[in-house]
Amino acid sequence: MMNHFPAWKNVALAVSLMLAVVYALPNIYGEDPSVQVSPLRGAVVNTLLLTDIKETLKNADIPLKASEQSEHLLLRFNNTEQQLKAADILRDKLAKNYVVALNLAPATPEWLRAFNASPMYLGLDLRGGVHFLLEVDMQAAEKQAIDRYATDIRQYLREEKLRYLNVAAEDGKVLIKFRKQAIHDAALEQLSRQFRSWEFKTDPTTPAKPTIIAAMSQDERKDVRKYALQQNIITLKNRVNELGVAEPVIQQQGDNRIVVELPGVQDTARAKEILGATATLEYHMVDVEHSVSDAIAGRVPLGSKLYNNREGGQILLKKQVIVTGSEIVDASSGIESDSGSAMVSVSLDGPGGKKMSKTTRENIGQPMAVVFIENRTDTKLVDGKPVRVKSVVEEVINVATIRGHFSNRFQTTGLDNTAEARDLALLLRAGALAAPIDIVEERTVGPSLGQDNIDRGFNSVLIGFVLVLIFMAVYYKTFGLFADIALATNLIFIVAILSLLQATLTLPGIAGIVLTVGMAVDANVLIFERIKEELKNGNSPQASIHAGYEKAFSTIADANVTTLIAAIILFGFGTGPIKGFAITLSIGILTSMFTAIVGTRALVNASFGNRQLTTLKI
Amino acid sequence: MTDQTTIKIDFLSKRKLATIFSFLLILVSIASLATQGLKKGIDFTGGTLVEMSFSAPADLNELRQVLTTAGFEGAVVQHFGSSHEVLIRLLPDVSLNTAALSNKMQASINAQFSQPGELRRAEFVGPQVGEELTEDGGLALLYAMICILIYVTVRFEYRFALGSVAALAHDVIITLGFFSVFQFEFDLTVLAALLAVIGYSLNDTIVVFDRVRENFRKLRKGSPSEVVNISLNQTLSRTIMTSLTTLLVLIALFIFGGEIIHDFALALIVGVLIGTYSSIYVASPITLALGISKADLMVVTVDQEELDKIP
Repeated sequence: MMNHFPAWKNVALAVSLMLAVVYALPNIYGEDPSVQVSPLRGAVVNTLLLTDIKETLKNADIPLKASEQSEHLLLRFNNTEQQLKAADILRDKLAKNYVVALNLAPATPEWLRAFNASPMYLGLDLRGGVHFLLEVDMQAAEKQAIDRYATDIRQYLREEKLRYLNVAAEDGKVLIKFRKQAIHDAALEQLSRQFRSWEFKTDPTTPAKPTIIAAMSQDERKDVRKYALQQNIITLKNRVNELGVAEPVIQQQGDNRIVVELPGVQDTARAKEILGATATLEYHMVDVEHSVSDAIAGRVPLGSKLYNNREGGQILLKKQVIVTGSEIVDASSGIESDSGSAMVSVSLDGPGGKKMSKTTRENIGQPMAVVFIENRTDTKLVDGKPVRVKSVVEEVINVATIRGHFSNRFQTTGLDNTAEARDLALLLRAGALAAPIDIVEERTVGPSLGQDNIDRGFNSVLIGFVLVLIFMAVYYKTFGLFADIALATNLIFIVAILSLLQATLTLPGIAGIVLTVGMAVDANVLIFERIKEELKNGNSPQASIHAGYEKAFSTIADANVTTLIAAIILFGFGTGPIKGFAITLSIGILTSMFTAIVGTRALVNASFGNRQLTTLKI
Repeated sequence: MTDQTTIKIDFLSKRKLATIFSFLLILVSIASLATQGLKKGIDFTGGTLVEMSFSAPADLNELRQVLTTAGFEGAVVQHFGSSHEVLIRLLPDVSLNTAALSNKMQASINAQFSQPGELRRAEFVGPQVGEELTEDGGLALLYAMICILIYVTVRFEYRFALGSVAALAHDVIITLGFFSVFQFEFDLTVLAALLAVIGYSLNDTIVVFDRVRENFRKLRKGSPSEVVNISLNQTLSRTIMTSLTTLLVLIALFIFGGEIIHDFALALIVGVLIGTYSSIYVASPITLALGISKADLMVVTVDQEELDKIP
């Protein structure tokens, strides 16, 4: 009896090993400290910009290692010091139209990149950075939608000349009260036709005042939630872009959460402020017809509202909003030349510009106010339990007389300082959040810990690996060496597949690799023990090899499938760190079966297969 | 024919002793879990954790003083790994203003402590997220066991399935018990380790069961308990070899993997030891006690034949 593989099998093995080596290779080249320049609003990345940047860096005496041009510009440097210096210079130079972000770009050589090979994607615990889990306040989103509908309903009834007593949003519903039953009936019919995504019915408890209860349909509720989530993701993406982070991750998780991962970000305080901020602006006309002191005394005229200003005083504004932050398409901060105070230059979109144009034309000489609005969430202890309390801060930051007619471009002053102006401009540019968000989880890893984790992870893989190699070689001799080669190949395969999938490698992921190293030899142990048994039973060496592999197979398959089940369930239920572990464990199980069964068999066949053996040392 | 003289150890004669031993361990584990419970990490309790490193050894008392004056009463401060590194924990009822807290804490340390520190790690887990993670963790364990029960029933027989799942429950309870008795911290990574232990212990059990099944079909003579004993002996060297190689790498991980991975490695080491023991002394005896016999396994299933054809 002979043991040999057909040629195609050996070739297939060699090819798959070669592919694995190619795709694992990028991991040994490390990373270049680099600076990424991405365009903002209309700016472009072209050769001209690159030449300009090269010139600037040359003048500053910073050597550029290499540069690449795609939708953004990637500038590689020799060390972190040069990278940081270059980033500072470029930020000053390009800040208006480009985002300048620090990055660690893989130093994969050209020929490997031709194969689309890139190194493993390191998780935040290895490269440093922040992970946020944000929860969208869906109740607030629904409340906003209901308020919006109440306004629409009011307007519709007015247009249709259906006289109502009152339209009010209450407890997730809109209550519409009428004086006359007949109007109620007509309104019920018309509203049902006009607002199809809403459900209208008569309130049976108040026959004296015919009332319609309007509620969102389940589908509409779902849509509102979906919209709030998606809108928030878009806004967060814009904001993260403004922060200047290379390779951020912003993803939906579940139906009301968003994951934001910012590699390399160290100033977490600012990141939190910007991500969660809800600041926006509203423009109102000042109510000059009524007295402020009357209003303070409690007689607030209908259609007006009392606001605080920053100086601690109060001012009466018309309720009607001229334009809001959502109509602002661009904003930048600066210093007003006359007063030297911080200001924000604002550009409005078409409809906003028209409204502003109309208002300013009709109200020349009248005062207009800018209201700064911010949603704040604080946690307070109520009966020993933390309760989130939301409050809306509304402040008038500026009142100015309309001197002339203007439409879509103007300036707003009255901000406390340049930092506030800068942040406000950023928030206005990035857009408002459709609903407030709360940070429900944060994990920040500093750069030094990230490097430590890489080193420790690498060391433990290496040490565990060498220990197992020695152990196997001593115990199983030649066969042990085969198993060792299979184990090394297995590691290459795991790294190659992780690189190919661009799955995130985390510290628990490395632990998964270490565990696989320990368990991967199990298949070989099973086979070798089986061969030993067969030899002991008096079978010939060749027959024993054959039977050993044959008989051990179903055991190996069963044992690995069950472990795989555990790993897949881990993946399904786990978050972040656990998922990383489950991925490497699953990949390790599959590759180890391949290398331990097919790989060692090829080696055994090649060494012993075509010879007459009388004894076999194992 | 298989050499029946390979019986070196009569495992099953010590069955009673092993049962008492297992029951004792389980009893201690459950008692400890019931009375003092697990020392849950912030992954499960929610709260804030900040790790900072200092260039000189940090004086914990001074640091506590600084934190108390800054309003972080109830902060747990301890060294982490070395005297240069400090871990500060706040439970959720103290962490009022949620995510901004870690930044405030750093700021007050840098302003008032005798030396500036560098942030190594900051974690904040909201109480609700903590609850969900606990729930998901429990569910993951439960589903893993159910899926394994089904797989083993299909591939073997329900008595084997019950035996293996009983062994898994045994391993999980005792590993949890170990963490409870010694009050090691139980966090997400330890939970992952626990699931890996399930996978590992099962691996061991299946290898034994596979041999039991084969021997039931092959050996004409012998009572069920003799057949099981032969199988345990035949797989013994493999069981020991694999446990040893796995323990080798786990010890490497335990020693060199750093503080964060420490408890993870510990859970796996305990789990692998318990898992190896249970595949011999829990899974097989239970299957035997449930009355497994030759007749239950005589039918050669189709997939078995198919699997054997593949090299």
